[in-house]
Amino acid sequence: MKLGYPKDGKFGEFGGRYIPETLVPAVEELEQAYLKYKNDAEFKKELHYYLTQYAGRPTPLYLAKNLTKFAGGAKIYLKREDLLHGGAHKINNTLGQALLAKRMKKKRIIAETGAGQHGVATAMACSALGLNGEVYMGYKDTQRQKLNVFRMNLLGSKVHPVKEGTQTLKDAINEAIRDWITNVKSTYYLLGSAVGPHPYPVMVRDFQSVIGDEILVQMKKLEKKSPDSVVACVGGGSNAIGTFYPLIDEDTKMFGVEAGGEGIKSGHHSATLVGGSKGVLHGMLTYLLQDKEGQISETHSVSAGLDYPGVGPEHSYLKDAKRVKYDAVNDKEAVEAFLLLSKHEGIIPALESAHAIAYAVKMAKNMPKSESIVVTLSGRGDKDVEEVGRYLSKNVKNKR
Amino acid sequence: MSRIKDKFKDLRSKNQKALIAYVMAGFPSERDTISAVRGLVKGGADIIELGMPFSDPLADGPVIQNAGFQALQKGMNLAKFLVMVKKIRKETDIPLVLMTYTNILYSHGYAKFISTVKNAGIDGLILPDMSINESKDFLQAAKKNKMDVIFLISPNTAPDRIKKISNLSSGFLYLVSVFGTTGGQQQFQNYTTHAIKNAKKILGGKIPLGVGFGVSNPEQARFIIKSGADAIIVGSAFLRLIESTSPEKIESKIGSFASSLKKATITE
Repeated sequence: MKLGYPKDGKFGEFGGRYIPETLVPAVEELEQAYLKYKNDAEFKKELHYYLTQYAGRPTPLYLAKNLTKFAGGAKIYLKREDLLHGGAHKINNTLGQALLAKRMKKKRIIAETGAGQHGVATAMACSALGLNGEVYMGYKDTQRQKLNVFRMNLLGSKVHPVKEGTQTLKDAINEAIRDWITNVKSTYYLLGSAVGPHPYPVMVRDFQSVIGDEILVQMKKLEKKSPDSVVACVGGGSNAIGTFYPLIDEDTKMFGVEAGGEGIKSGHHSATLVGGSKGVLHGMLTYLLQDKEGQISETHSVSAGLDYPGVGPEHSYLKDAKRVKYDAVNDKEAVEAFLLLSKHEGIIPALESAHAIAYAVKMAKNMPKSESIVVTLSGRGDKDVEEVGRYLSKNVKNKR
Repeated sequence: MSRIKDKFKDLRSKNQKALIAYVMAGFPSERDTISAVRGLVKGGADIIELGMPFSDPLADGPVIQNAGFQALQKGMNLAKFLVMVKKIRKETDIPLVLMTYTNILYSHGYAKFISTVKNAGIDGLILPDMSINESKDFLQAAKKNKMDVIFLISPNTAPDRIKKISNLSSGFLYLVSVFGTTGGQQQFQNYTTHAIKNAKKILGGKIPLGVGFGVSNPEQARFIIKSGADAIIVGSAFLRLIESTSPEKIESKIGSFASSLKKATITE
């Protein structure tokens, strides 16, 4: 079931390259560079150096005893990507791509960001490697994630607020692509999730697979077997594909948790695989949230990082192949899990990761104590404290 | 033969180049689009591109983005688009090309969408995010419905690939004149002239070459034609004019602007 490196960029019928012709030479150049360096000893050595010495890998696999006790079933392990430099798994990918950009002699780096975590991780990689970073971020997201805007500026990258469309992640991607079309020769587009035209989905997956690779080694040490289940949140799906991919041929059940927003029936959600249909956006064929005319829907989630109407094409493939089960957790459950993990384990999770926590707690209850679940805690939640505050005060008001 | 091929044949016999004009369907209203089309026909446009709005137009600059956004807000959809095309077809036999994004076709199904718009009177399709590498099903459906397919090339497209793309195109081939999105108004640089000459050489007269993105006035039109293009494609400039003109004057204003562009394509 592992697809390796698909030459045509296809995961079954999904993926591919639906892009303006101006970008074709750019993605071909990128693919050539990636194929040249991905197994290059010097490149791997340098990436390993930055991942360990700069980003803080490997990350611990932590047995959440209190949470396990609270759920009263299977053991819950947390893969602590939140402990990485910058506070999220995003740096695994930005370091890899920034090192590649350097080898391609591209000095100007552009990126999109939703919650701001990828923007911050890009800004860090650019700063560390002497590149110039510019980050597109939906205006709505700059407002709800002010801290990350400030961090990106501090780290020396320029933030461009995007006021087009829905002013969230998808519009930030549109604007980044427009910039790339305009400055195609000088600029490297450092895409933050396992989405977009080939080779991005496969390349981002490969850089993020360090998560699943470590989980496998750590679980064999801790439990003498691969995990019974793994759970990860899915927006574009980079932490999830990085978690799943190395475990695809193991005897492990896999669960991808999407943002259910105010509920699937409400229409206000971002659960692309649960509630979407096939279509073409941002260079790929994948599941999308769209209306019957093919217009992309407005999405909603309390977490900016999951607020995206598409999903990585390999997830679409894994859904249809029934290898991964995709489900949704709504805003309320995610906020509850945010509070729960903070209180019981002293770990403030990102709202994105809180979706996975909520799902894992539900699952653990119905599993025997002898089994174990690994949850990828993709990021830390300092950035979300204000948003959770707003959510709680709004919902208390509504109840009155 | 198709209306587009006939048009280019006719122009060739008159030793003329083509003016291809783009308007967004439903911007700022369906009536205004029809007025604009009347003006274009009277002003001497040879082919009309009708834009069908898409929520995420990533190859378009601010003017077309905004026009599409407004058209969508007012409820433009396939059914309304078809009504509009049928109305236009009653008045004119001018070749009509539909420009939109892949997902609009994909979501309705390529075959169903193409046969529906063909029956309404659309002669060709332009999808800026449809790459030849992904076009098998799309091309099959187009061929079955005798729909012309106009692919795009760019100044950085390799010669071999230009050949491949032109072999899959019919009607004309669309050269994007600049690195950028639609509607840019910068001065053309040497690379644009070079790209036109290069493409013409590779095409060897097998298919006409239209040049668009950033062509917004007669002076630029003249420059593009002098560089060797068979057609100029103008979009954002028409939309800007439509937006700044009161509805009752759209037809005449668009008409005189079209006529000034058409004149610029005639070289002495």
